[in-house]
Amino acid sequence: MLLNQFLFLAAVLFCIGVYGVLARRNAVLVLASIELMLNAVNINLVAFGAYRHNIAGQVFALFVITIAAAEVGVGLAIVVLIFRNRASIALDDADLMKG
Amino acid sequence: MDWVVFVISAIAVLAGALGVVTSRNPVHAALSLVLTLFGIAVMFVEQQANFLAVVQVIVYAGAIVVLFLFVIMLLGVDQAEDLEVEPLVGQRPAAVGVGVAGLAALLLPIAFGKWQWLSGQASVAGPAHSGTEPNVNRLANALFTRYLLPFEATSVLLVIAVIGAVVLARRPLHTERQGLTAREEP
Repeated sequence: MLLNQFLFLAAVLFCIGVYGVLARRNAVLVLASIELMLNAVNINLVAFGAYRHNIAGQVFALFVITIAAAEVGVGLAIVVLIFRNRASIALDDADLMKG
Repeated sequence: MDWVVFVISAIAVLAGALGVVTSRNPVHAALSLVLTLFGIAVMFVEQQANFLAVVQVIVYAGAIVVLFLFVIMLLGVDQAEDLEVEPLVGQRPAAVGVGVAGLAALLLPIAFGKWQWLSGQASVAGPAHSGTEPNVNRLANALFTRYLLPFEATSVLLVIAVIGAVVLARRPLHTERQGLTAREEP
């Protein structure tokens, strides 16, 4: 197993996530794209941990998973709140602070 | 054999990721996310991160995606999104441009780097276990000794996130009272 096959895959996955965050209008799917980016980071952490024979990579991947769970909880609560106020979760409709 | 597993799971990961960013129906996108997360769990098993693979399936595919689906269906926004409409002129080409530029910036050092661990010559990913000690034991040893403080900080973060989510998603107090009186009147 080569290390950089995981690095290639994680780079591609991260950039697909970047595209999703920039191009999608649905707020829930923007959060899903952020999950893709966090998972790309997890692949890198575990791959480097395995390469260095060090468990720290897996510990940090565990922290990333925890923080992703917290982020999704708060993010979806905000989405529900936006939907309640604006009756839409398209990000273009949330333009109250537009100058 | 490693290569076969890697290629299959990589195809699953990338197909799922493309499904997330291109599906018109949000429910299909969430189910594509499950495919991606399962592929990543297979990769974790391949690298001897067994505990992490189980956590990935339980927490991500089990809890987070269900939360996504729950919100999609609760809000009734599971109708197809029109991917042709561009509210900002040039938003989609710009997003493709940023994605491709970022990919190039990430891949160029891997492809042309001088470092041995980047160029792939000697970068053999060995199993991350020493001797016969299981993966869970090593992970727990590291987590509860050296990384105890970040672990405790994570618990505080989770409590804050739970309280924040409840406070955000709760209805304002006066509408709650109106609802109560309306229910009691008849």
